[in-house]
Amino acid sequence: MSTYEPTAADFAPLDAQSAAPVLVRPSLSYWADARARLGRNPRAMGSLFLLLALGLFTTLGPVLWTVDPSAQNLDRISEPPNLGADALLIDRGQRWAGVVVSGWPAAPDPAWLAQADRPELPAPEALRTVATPHTWSVRLRWDPVANAAGYQIYRNRYEPKALNELGLPLGDSWSGAETSYEDALALEPGVYWYSVTATDGERESRQFQTLRVEVARALPLETARKAGLLADGQGQPGDQITLPAHPLGTDYLGRDMLSRLMHGARTSLFIGLLAPLLYVLFGTTYGAIAGFFGGRIDALLMRLADFVVALPFLLFMILFRVASGVEAGESGITAILVAMILLLWPATARLVRGQILQIREEGYVQAARLLGAPQRYLIFRHMIPNTLGVILVTLTFAIPTAIFTEAFLSFIGMGVAPPTPSWGSMCFEGLKSMLNSPHELFFPALMISLTVLAFNLLGDGLRDALDARMRARE
Amino acid sequence: MARKAASATRWLKLLGLLLGALAAPAWSAEGAVDFDARIIRMVLPQEPPQLDSSKATDQVSTRILGHVMEALTRFDAQGRLVPGVAERWEIRADGATFWLREDARWSDGSPVLARDFVFSWRNAVDPKTASEYAFILQGIENAEAISQGEAPVDSLGVSAPEPRRLEVRFSRAIAYFDKLVAFATFYPLKEDFYRARDGRYGADAEDMLFNGPFVIERWDHGARLEMAKNPHYWDRDKIYLNRIEFPYITADTNAALNLFKDGRIILAGLDSETMENALDQRWRIERFNDGSAWYIEFNHREGRLTQNWNLRRALALSFDTYELINRVIGTPGNLPGLSLYPSYLRGAEQRLLQEIPPPEPVTDWALARSHLAAAREDLGLAEAPELVLLTGNSPTANKQAEFLQTLWKEALGLTVRIDRQIFKQRLAKMTSGDFDLVAAGWGPDYLDPLTFGDLFASWNLNNRGRYANAELDACVRTAQNSVDAAVRVDAFGCIQRILLEDHAIIPTYERGQIYVIHPAVKGTIRRQTSPDPDLSRAWLEQP
Amino acid sequence: MGRYALKRLLQGLITIWFIATATFAAMHAVPGDPLSNEKATTEAIRKNLEARYGLDRPVFPDQYLIFLGNMAKGDFGLSFTQQNRRVNDIIGDAFPVSAQLGVLAITFAAIGGVLLGAFTALKRNRWPDVTVMLAVILGISVPSFVFAALGQLALVNINEALGFTFLPVAGWGDISQMIMPALVLGLSTLAFLTRLMRSSMLEVLTADYIRTARAKGVSEAGIFWRHALRNASLPVITVLGPAIAAITTGGFVVELVFAIPGLGRAFVEAVQQLDYTLIMGTTVFYGSFLVFMVIIVDLLYGLIDPRVRLS
Repeated sequence: MSTYEPTAADFAPLDAQSAAPVLVRPSLSYWADARARLGRNPRAMGSLFLLLALGLFTTLGPVLWTVDPSAQNLDRISEPPNLGADALLIDRGQRWAGVVVSGWPAAPDPAWLAQADRPELPAPEALRTVATPHTWSVRLRWDPVANAAGYQIYRNRYEPKALNELGLPLGDSWSGAETSYEDALALEPGVYWYSVTATDGERESRQFQTLRVEVARALPLETARKAGLLADGQGQPGDQITLPAHPLGTDYLGRDMLSRLMHGARTSLFIGLLAPLLYVLFGTTYGAIAGFFGGRIDALLMRLADFVVALPFLLFMILFRVASGVEAGESGITAILVAMILLLWPATARLVRGQILQIREEGYVQAARLLGAPQRYLIFRHMIPNTLGVILVTLTFAIPTAIFTEAFLSFIGMGVAPPTPSWGSMCFEGLKSMLNSPHELFFPALMISLTVLAFNLLGDGLRDALDARMRARE
Repeated sequence: MARKAASATRWLKLLGLLLGALAAPAWSAEGAVDFDARIIRMVLPQEPPQLDSSKATDQVSTRILGHVMEALTRFDAQGRLVPGVAERWEIRADGATFWLREDARWSDGSPVLARDFVFSWRNAVDPKTASEYAFILQGIENAEAISQGEAPVDSLGVSAPEPRRLEVRFSRAIAYFDKLVAFATFYPLKEDFYRARDGRYGADAEDMLFNGPFVIERWDHGARLEMAKNPHYWDRDKIYLNRIEFPYITADTNAALNLFKDGRIILAGLDSETMENALDQRWRIERFNDGSAWYIEFNHREGRLTQNWNLRRALALSFDTYELINRVIGTPGNLPGLSLYPSYLRGAEQRLLQEIPPPEPVTDWALARSHLAAAREDLGLAEAPELVLLTGNSPTANKQAEFLQTLWKEALGLTVRIDRQIFKQRLAKMTSGDFDLVAAGWGPDYLDPLTFGDLFASWNLNNRGRYANAELDACVRTAQNSVDAAVRVDAFGCIQRILLEDHAIIPTYERGQIYVIHPAVKGTIRRQTSPDPDLSRAWLEQP
Repeated sequence: MGRYALKRLLQGLITIWFIATATFAAMHAVPGDPLSNEKATTEAIRKNLEARYGLDRPVFPDQYLIFLGNMAKGDFGLSFTQQNRRVNDIIGDAFPVSAQLGVLAITFAAIGGVLLGAFTALKRNRWPDVTVMLAVILGISVPSFVFAALGQLALVNINEALGFTFLPVAGWGDISQMIMPALVLGLSTLAFLTRLMRSSMLEVLTADYIRTARAKGVSEAGIFWRHALRNASLPVITVLGPAIAAITTGGFVVELVFAIPGLGRAFVEAVQQLDYTLIMGTTVFYGSFLVFMVIIVDLLYGLIDPRVRLS
């Protein structure tokens, strides 16, 4: 048997150790927790990516899609989204002198005209085209009608069966001998139905002659060269040429919508984000101070807010434009920004003050105050986080409001000056042609909606993440 | 449970009431036309500012006044001058005489007499009235001196030697005086009634007296205006309609088209955006020339770059009027801008532009660039200059300004900055000369080429660019003072030649308009001078 | 309470004076004048027109003092654009129209907003919430001029499809003519209030007194109607004051599209035409209305929430 000899080491104290597994998680600060919860919110993260995409669209977009936003294509006005088209190169040459039948009387016989029950003039015969009809010119001629004082020319997209379906009254000729007409009015490729009637100077005949004309897309050589589609000396009439694509269509002056949206984003996001951010920030601080201190300060500050809110925005907007020395033709963005910041904060201030007044009386604030918490702590630790929900809602609503204020100002001629595009003014322009070319309204409206959607979702996520009470729920 | 049921019944009752209110057909009677009662309904683009004919300046006021008042002469459906209150007249080099018809009556039944015209015209030139159209009476003896406050009002060269004879004395010949008196400022006013209103004449329906085919029966400001047939009108048998009502006042053209589509109004204007929609609806589309000529005015004031002829020529040569009317504006009826004079004006025998044909406009970018280079040399500019284009805030004005901006950038490399201003600010800038180029238009006051021809005389206040040319001034004076038609046509030709050769302006286009009208309404008159549209002689034909 | 109200009223008068002065100064600082017109007039006529409207005197102090004196009497003078009509009469005609439309719009927006907001808060993150919120975003991100145009177009097509007039397309004078404009006008406010109410409701639902009530055994419906809804509508009431004023005077686009003779149109046209007297009249009127609304809302606040001490 052996005996154990204790050594000195046996009597040394054990290292401090715990038998139980660590159950306490590392302490999370309020902000770290908020960040983590924001990261776990899929909608908020989605909105962040959407915002990133919008940012790229604005900054990287114009680098990749280098079409000039103010370049006009007058032959491609209000085109729906397309990937380009083929056109026939033509030589525009001189304007058509037209046809005047020599020896034919210009006006009807007065004796014939004096008849009270004179018969209606017949429809002009042999309506035909001269030269190949294309989108720059359709040349028509017909045989003269006896006793005609002139002719009326109509055009429609479908075959007219009755008098009210003749379509657009294109023009007239003032002589019975002038039996031709050149149409160049906003022609698009496709089929047109032309009709001609005769008039005796007092009464237009109800008899009409109709001709179906197929119009091919064409491009004058000169225009192609100006637009850089052809090098000098290249190409000749009759050649086919491929026109550039407009993935989102074109507007009322044939300008590329995609490019305009990209450049317009700068204006709209600048005003739409900066103005609300600044005035909501100012309004929040202002409202918080008023609500927190209460009493005389509150009364004074709130009266000032009442004063500002009642000032007519439109009038002061005009004044700021004059006062800030906006020269003619400058975009005038800064004046709009200043006007918005100076005039739009009171609503936020009132809202935040209302919230603060309420929170001020809450138990936890009273408790903190009793414990001697400094005012700054009370404001930033308790009041602001608890009003954040309302502030974020205001902010998300302020964004479209700012974008539309700019559009409304454009509408009365006080907005950003052309050629600077903006989403709001594009919306307004697109509204007029809503029925015929909906893409002119749809795309800018979509961009605004996406922006608003992104900020709403982000605002929701932030609200949830920053709300201390939500923390308790999980 | 019983309480709940009771409350449910109450809610149902309320809902029923609400639906009942909805179904009450108070408005559904208000269709565009009422065949039995002979009523038509229309939209008014804006509230008339007031309806005192001596102060009326805008189109809406003169349009209403044209239905409720009658001048000495008037224009018929074919645009011919026909007798109005005057049965016959005589225009001489030194004056004119009008013989008034016996049966002309005011709406209170009293006769329309020559002294009503004397009072009205004196009132218009009276500086106390401060009528903006006082200038239109110039040429009548002493009119100018009176409006400057330098002569008594009763020294105006107009008198009523007999109750139904009006004598006018001219200080210069007015060849077109018979056409001129059809204008609103020349309508009669009844003195005692006018004075009794103490400055409120024309402010409300009851503050007016009428001598035209209709009377204003109801005028709810900003909301509604109703006219009824005037039982005292001398030619009442020719008036078919019993009422013309304007239940809507809005300038929104889309709203007007929607009202037309809904069968509420008889007439709606179209633009390039709504045109296609009207075609799809299979409506018959009408076209007319609204009389206005449009142009770019240069600033000819001292120190402006646009004083340079080469620069003006460069800008003019790069512009193509056909591109503007066919592509940018894109509605039928607009005519190319060839001259200051619109195409409908009459010369001595034919249309004025057939007698003095303007040259076909030239578009030549290469030539334009050489003129720009010359201009830079003249002005000693190292770089292409920057110009300011002053324009209005309407969508059409905006579209054209954007077109021109890009055009001149592409053609000449010029930077043109658009100065878009609301109405009064634009006028302020035009008057003070704070622009290089301004887009302007002019509608005729009377149907004589002089209403356009004197625009760029050095003394004309509407010559906002302050263009001054002694030769042109001399031609304007000839056109003003002569009664010989051929001499006047030559003078108008001289004005046109100088303006075009000197590039004092760039004519852009002659405006046409398209519209849709209810098929049952016949006899609508569209014309270049007010009242337009004129429905006083319209009738209904049941389809 | 009575003294407080009186004090606020006095302060309100001072605010109105400030508004009038600032607007007066701004208006005269803008270039251009109400008397110029498309056709130029001679110097003599201009002078007479200026004399008629008192513009021949110096702006300050003469015109300003005359204006203040008249304002104190409640008289804003003759309008420049609607000549021969008093500004008071114009406002007297146009305001009731805008007010009727505004009240209808705000009723629709407030009831809809509070109920939808509360409802989405209860169904938080579930499909009804998501659907309503997407609709709300659509409601705020499409400008009112688009809604007005679409609303009118919808009516035209509905009337056409039905073969009789379901609702009139435009005009004023009948209740039926108010419905569509009020819907369009109230839409963005409805969307805003929905969001605000949802947010506020979410906060209230986690409050202590709700837990207490639940612990006491109050039914869920009782909690919702009696405790949560009432407390959560506080911020809604705060914004309601200015919103009422804005909606009853600011419906320019809706008034234009639906041909409604309201104050919003009168004001925008007055600014564009630089109609001095009408601008002053509408601004002072609108300012007074707004200040008055704010006072009422503040007093209401005290009644609904006893914790907010009015002192």
